[in-house]
Amino acid sequence: MSQNIIVIGAGMATGRALEHLFDSDADVNVTLFNAEPRGNYNRIMLSPVLAGDKTYQEIVTHDSDWYAANGVTCRFGERVKGIDRTAKTVTAENGDVLPYDKLIFGTGSNPFMIPLPGHDLEGVIAYRDLEDTERMMGLGADNKVVVIGGGLLGLEAAAGMAARGVDVTVVHIMGHLMERQLDEAAGYLLRKALVDKGIKVMCQANSSEILGTNGRVRALLLDDGTELPCDLLVMAVGIRPNVALAKEAGLAVGRGIHVDDQMVTSDADILAVGECVEHEGAIFGLVAPLYDQAKVAAQTIMGQEAAFVQKELSTKLKVTGCDLFSAGDFADGEGREDIVFRDPGRGVYRRLVIENDVVIGAVMYGDTADSNWFFGLIRDKTDISDMRETLIFGPAYQGGAPLDPLAAVAALPRDAEICGCNGICKGTIEDAIAGGATDLGAVRSVTKASGSCGTCTGLVEQVLAVTLGDAFVMPTAQPICGCCDLSHEDVRRMIKSQELKSMAAVWQECAWKTVDGCHVCRPALNYYLIADWPLEYLDDPQSRFINERKHANIQKDGTFSVVPRMWGGITTPDELRAIADAADKFNVPTVKVTGGQRIDLLGVKGEDLPAIWSDLNNAGMVSGHAYSKGLRTVKTCVGTDHCRFGTQDSTGLGIKLEKALWGAWTPHKLKLGVSGCPRNCAEATCKDIGIVCVDSGYQIGIGGAAGMDVREVERLIDVPTEEETIAVIKAMSQLYRENAKYLDRIYKWMNKVGLEWIRERISDPEERAALVARFDLSQTVYQKDPWAEHVIKRAETYQPVANLTLEAAE
Amino acid sequence: MSDWIDIAALSDIPLRGARVVKTRAGCVAVFRTASDQVFALDNTCPHKAGPLAEGIVHGSAVTCPLHNWVISLETGHVQGADEGEVATYPARVEAGRILLDATRLRSERAA
Repeated sequence: MSQNIIVIGAGMATGRALEHLFDSDADVNVTLFNAEPRGNYNRIMLSPVLAGDKTYQEIVTHDSDWYAANGVTCRFGERVKGIDRTAKTVTAENGDVLPYDKLIFGTGSNPFMIPLPGHDLEGVIAYRDLEDTERMMGLGADNKVVVIGGGLLGLEAAAGMAARGVDVTVVHIMGHLMERQLDEAAGYLLRKALVDKGIKVMCQANSSEILGTNGRVRALLLDDGTELPCDLLVMAVGIRPNVALAKEAGLAVGRGIHVDDQMVTSDADILAVGECVEHEGAIFGLVAPLYDQAKVAAQTIMGQEAAFVQKELSTKLKVTGCDLFSAGDFADGEGREDIVFRDPGRGVYRRLVIENDVVIGAVMYGDTADSNWFFGLIRDKTDISDMRETLIFGPAYQGGAPLDPLAAVAALPRDAEICGCNGICKGTIEDAIAGGATDLGAVRSVTKASGSCGTCTGLVEQVLAVTLGDAFVMPTAQPICGCCDLSHEDVRRMIKSQELKSMAAVWQECAWKTVDGCHVCRPALNYYLIADWPLEYLDDPQSRFINERKHANIQKDGTFSVVPRMWGGITTPDELRAIADAADKFNVPTVKVTGGQRIDLLGVKGEDLPAIWSDLNNAGMVSGHAYSKGLRTVKTCVGTDHCRFGTQDSTGLGIKLEKALWGAWTPHKLKLGVSGCPRNCAEATCKDIGIVCVDSGYQIGIGGAAGMDVREVERLIDVPTEEETIAVIKAMSQLYRENAKYLDRIYKWMNKVGLEWIRERISDPEERAALVARFDLSQTVYQKDPWAEHVIKRAETYQPVANLTLEAAE
Repeated sequence: MSDWIDIAALSDIPLRGARVVKTRAGCVAVFRTASDQVFALDNTCPHKAGPLAEGIVHGSAVTCPLHNWVISLETGHVQGADEGEVATYPARVEAGRILLDATRLRSERAA
């Protein structure tokens, strides 16, 4: 006797289960309910339909002929109202009561809608079914859309609409796109590709409200006050298994409908497959496991032995031009190692995570041709110890002799392109070498090869080495650290020329060999990004040395020193009283007068920092940045106010300079001095920038030092007015900020670029004005008291995150 | 036997950062890496007792803020040319909460 099978939901899993039953000629009688007014189609191909790469007809998996041929009773557009498990019947919406022998749940999932104010406005949709897709397909070049959610589905929706000319903005709450499948580096490359397609991407963006007019969506409001106008708002933030009907029927339900390895629910005659199920704590959103479940369910119904086993999953994004792949587990962890390969020229990133000689995770972007091979290594747990050295290059490089890069360059034909920026071939370089250009600089000036982005520098050197043999000595440009091959200067050039505006961008485009740098390169990169992109880049405290992260100087016992600013070395009785009170209140063991004309409170406990800052703030004082690679102090003498020799108001100028420059980050510390006459009581001539007042105006010198090296400043320029002095010094600071290597004081940098080059820049009125403008712009972001900010926003981070001494005392 | 206790939310520690947990015998530094792995170590560098929680976290290592010794968060071993070791404690993340093994914290410190 044939079994009566009722299927609830015509999705990809149930469609596949039915195929298995009919292919095995199972003796079954099937009734198929579907809430959508249509049969089975390939839901994951909705994105190509949206993008116009496919039509709906092409993604239909089962048409009416197929249902007819297999005797399926189709009840499309009808919901199931209830289930009577004792009587083993299903009640349809129209009241029909149908008996079953076996019932299959394929109710799928519901898109999760964030309950933001305004989420029920007309024009706020999910991305789930054909109706949603058609809604998006109806838009064109005149429309604006906001997509909330930078995961797989949200990005496919965004790319599909962008391909139709729609103005699309993706709003994502996390720091990088597809954070569940991709690491930061691959997320960066993906973002870059989407931005190239004209999609705006906003990460770390919190939505606060959906705004509407007359019941229709008008804009999305972010919590920073930004308004993003839109005609349609697509929420693609995740799915929830649809368990309502199962719950009502009294089946065991957690996040999804509980099933065992045979796909049987807590009722022996009811099975469930697809996105609605929960198996051993996991729920499923990708298609591969759903097909496995469908097969097992069909076999169970036919009385065959079968068990569903969860397998490793891989993800690919269906967006034309964005080749990415991720599989397995790619978190850092004990005993795990990374192999990272980056090819900035081709925009390629590959990362393998290895544990016990087995690949357990892979992330690939740009070139995913070998992804199946890597996925096979993960799935089969292949021992890779023999191919470890060349593993990252893929299957083509396995077996045979290890690759010699010089041999590879030697084998290149003459017309092989070496420098992509300038279109220079190997032959051109060889000819230049034959013509007498025997080092990198000469080749660069004759051919322009490696003169632009510089990433082919290594290749050009290899051509030199191959052509000249032993006559060529590879130059050893000192890389920043072991994480990369580029020097500070090269990286700064890349950051500017390639407009790299995030740490992940630098790591990728400059071919970093580690996942996230080290204590040497991260502070340098953080500085370069702050200096070059003050508006776009967000300062990363975790890439700063502790002193700049906690805005105090760490001492050898782990306590800190606190130095409030005293503008130009001038203080007041009230300030001194407040400092004395703070010293008493926080049991400061040492109070010292510094060389920069201010007062240092030494031995403050880390936990007390916000409290002592708050007291000093209340007395009108701000951070002295005594800990920073930035403006420290402007030391002054008393000048014309009191001194019988003073020629100008050196104290007043010092205060003005300190108020103009404070808060600016520089490659190394920056100390200024202003002396009121050539007797030089402020010791201005051994400062990074020193001003000596004379009757006719102001003599500005740079490059002094009184540390490991003791040096006198060299005269940069003489100017007649205070106003011009301040402009020159702002311009000078900005030139230093933009060009010097991290941790080079002005004198070291000056030795490299030459005083004359600096003077030319500063003397040119246009260049000076542009430098001042860029300095002022940066100050709009960075001239703020970090103490006040930390007291308000971050005070709790200075406390222990937990205290077990209290717990133990109970 | 282990005795997992809830210390804090994962989000209480910044990515590539650390926070301190006070215990009767001293401070333990709890680190969070870029990939959301969590590690717990004594907050004391074997070199000159620098506070490791204040260091820069990179990969699965931390650099001591005092003299740039690099310590593996996984093993507690000092890396590179320097030698030494820091005690480590079991730590894990569950449902966005950080758990430390209190038994180990107490027993190792008592020893």
